[in-house]
Amino acid sequence: MLKTSLNCAVLAATLAFSPVALANKANDTLIYVSDSDLENVSPYHNNMREGVILLHHVWDTLVLRDIKTGKYVPLLATSWKWVDPTTLEFALRKDVKFHNGDPFTADDVVFTVNYVLSPAAKVVTKQNVDWMAGAEKIDDYTVRIKLKEPFPAAMEYLAAAVPMYPKKYFEKVGLEGFAKAPIGTGPYKVVSVTSGQGVKMVKNPDYMKDSPKGQPKIGKLEFKVIPDGESRVAELMTGGVDWIWRVPADQAESLKAMPDISVLSSETMRVAFLIFEMQSDDPAIKPFKDERVRKAISMSIDRQAMVDNLVRGGSRVMNAACFIDQTMCVQNTVVKYTYDPAKAKALLKEAGYPNGFDTEMYAYRERDYAEAMIGYLQAVGIKAKLNFLKYPAMRGELHAGKSPITMNTWGSYSVNDASAFTGNYFKGSPDDRSRDPEVIAWLKEADSTVDEAKREALYGKALKRISEKAYVFPLFSYSANYAFTKDLNFTAQPDELPRFYAASWK
Amino acid sequence: MLNFTLRRVAVAICVAFTVAVFSFFLLHLSGDLATAIAGPESTAEQIEQIRVQFGLDQPLTTQFVAWLWKAVHFDFGRSFYFQDQVTTLIGGRLGVTMTLGGLSLAFALLIAIPLGVLAAIKRDTWVDRLALTISVFGQAMPSFWFALTLILIFAVDLRWLPVSGTGTWKHFVMPVIALGTYAMPAIMRLTRNGMLDVLSSDYIRTARAKGLRTGTVMFKHALRNAVIPVVGLAAVQLGFMLGGSIVIETIFSLHGLGHLAWEAISRNDYPVVQAVVLLLSVVYIFVTLVADLLNAALDPRMRSN
Repeated sequence: MLKTSLNCAVLAATLAFSPVALANKANDTLIYVSDSDLENVSPYHNNMREGVILLHHVWDTLVLRDIKTGKYVPLLATSWKWVDPTTLEFALRKDVKFHNGDPFTADDVVFTVNYVLSPAAKVVTKQNVDWMAGAEKIDDYTVRIKLKEPFPAAMEYLAAAVPMYPKKYFEKVGLEGFAKAPIGTGPYKVVSVTSGQGVKMVKNPDYMKDSPKGQPKIGKLEFKVIPDGESRVAELMTGGVDWIWRVPADQAESLKAMPDISVLSSETMRVAFLIFEMQSDDPAIKPFKDERVRKAISMSIDRQAMVDNLVRGGSRVMNAACFIDQTMCVQNTVVKYTYDPAKAKALLKEAGYPNGFDTEMYAYRERDYAEAMIGYLQAVGIKAKLNFLKYPAMRGELHAGKSPITMNTWGSYSVNDASAFTGNYFKGSPDDRSRDPEVIAWLKEADSTVDEAKREALYGKALKRISEKAYVFPLFSYSANYAFTKDLNFTAQPDELPRFYAASWK
Repeated sequence: MLNFTLRRVAVAICVAFTVAVFSFFLLHLSGDLATAIAGPESTAEQIEQIRVQFGLDQPLTTQFVAWLWKAVHFDFGRSFYFQDQVTTLIGGRLGVTMTLGGLSLAFALLIAIPLGVLAAIKRDTWVDRLALTISVFGQAMPSFWFALTLILIFAVDLRWLPVSGTGTWKHFVMPVIALGTYAMPAIMRLTRNGMLDVLSSDYIRTARAKGLRTGTVMFKHALRNAVIPVVGLAAVQLGFMLGGSIVIETIFSLHGLGHLAWEAISRNDYPVVQAVVLLLSVVYIFVTLVADLLNAALDPRMRSN
């Protein structure tokens, strides 16, 4: 009896102390981790970065923007031409199959475009699709996309944010079924979706040959959600996962010292900015309707110091309300606010707030950045209380006009055109809290003209007004810190879109 | 005993009903549900449509009866946020939370009761002080800090245990220790005090005078009476662990009920919040009921009132 229990104890101890299986290179499984779960894996039905990553791994778009040359190259389409300024004709590849074996044809393109334009589809980021009017089939492998009006950034949106869905399968399973078992044409096939936990994928062996994305090299891919930052780092250090991102600058420094881990820092298209509420009639909003107050705030925050000490990496101070390298993100007309607390105080006094005022700031990520800014505001007399919420909840408060100052960030869906930024914040959408009719008119005109010079002039005017009136206060671009196992070949791109289909084991 | 049981069950049902009423009305007072369901990009027309479709234009009492009717048939509707039925969502997470809560309580009891007994027997010696020190540490340590320290030692340095997830039993070792440690001090102190009370009572002296072995006196006579309040406390602790393990669930990425509740609250996902509140309160009430009945079985005096 005693001997048996002793044996049991020894066995239990051995089990408990044997090392946990690591070596994902050996299993040919790349586990990448993020902090947030997706409300829906269907790319049109979430507005999260994790969703954009899935988009480009599970689905394909008609064209792809070559990151090296900036040119559009064929992906699902083999060629395209403008029939007239509002009609774009695509010839499609004939050898593409969806993950369930169904062939990809013009019917799928027509279905996708018309579906995402229907109100019933409830696409989350409407600006990604609402420039299209519809699609029509010419023959099985030729399709025309009609635009509402001339839209110069059409190709950019088609490349970044319009993945093609399978008509037959989607009509059979509906959105709910699709969210649980999505299929596309992309380099990876979804094996399982577990809400709150992640998505498992395998290499698509029948992925179209000579795709500009290349052939996937790693056998299995897994997206995993780990909400806690310390746990993410611990998982990476112990080999439980292979790749993490959004590593705070100080942690990235200490991870650099680890022998098995590579750390990569690179600037991204994501821009942080403060939105001032100007629409609500709430008395708490009154100060922000005065442009002197908005300017004072813009002068009281030392963005360069935040970039140097908090954000670090490749981050830069932003002045125009867009990402500096986007086309049409015109810089030369915008007002550049420099850090000058004395002048800020004088402006506040002039506006009738010699002793500042009490207010609230809403934020959803990087609590430390928000707290740093609250410190700066305190120094000129503005006492802001921080409300830290999840993004959808914060956005609800913003739309309801309840958030005096919102620390927001926008990654432009990796679309390399300023319209992806201004379109969401200055063209009268619920996110637009200034609703300047002139700015809206200029941007509308700019986005429906194909004349580059005229477009640039209009963007220059709009961005100048936005900065002069300090409708928002652009802060800085983000730096993404990636940390991953030394076994992995991985390169980062400024569009904040990790391409695991191009990654490989060493 | 039958009479007592029936009375207790009736009270428990009343409490569950009250909780259901309160949680339903509080949630409905906290904001416009139709707007929340329709989402931020919807028009006034769509919101109105949803109001009718979901029956939100009906008087609150009608809505409540409808909800309750469905709820007793285990139909809690669909989550606004996740594309799934609430019962499916909860079903997927209940196992994790129950496993974590049950094991943590077992861990806490296994450490706390022997330690409490030992501290009482060896009162005012170094054993007692050590037990006290352990309980003070257990109570004072923030659970997130303790959890991270465990990760640092057992996962990062020694590499014995995995950091996060629920794949194997090894994944539960650290969360159970972290959560159990938090519940341990109270149980330990109560056992110790109970034992001290009992040990100084007359019948123990009699038992000793009869010449019974110390072990028999301690475990057959003393402990049985000393643990009665512990049963009640353990029930409360279990309820607390089921609902209050959000921090531990977040750190170890255990996708359990606590984590689901937290996500649902921050996303205005009312059907999920309502169902989780009801479920946790029912579990809590059930556990308390079982504790009451157990107490009554252990101590006949309790049945009288």
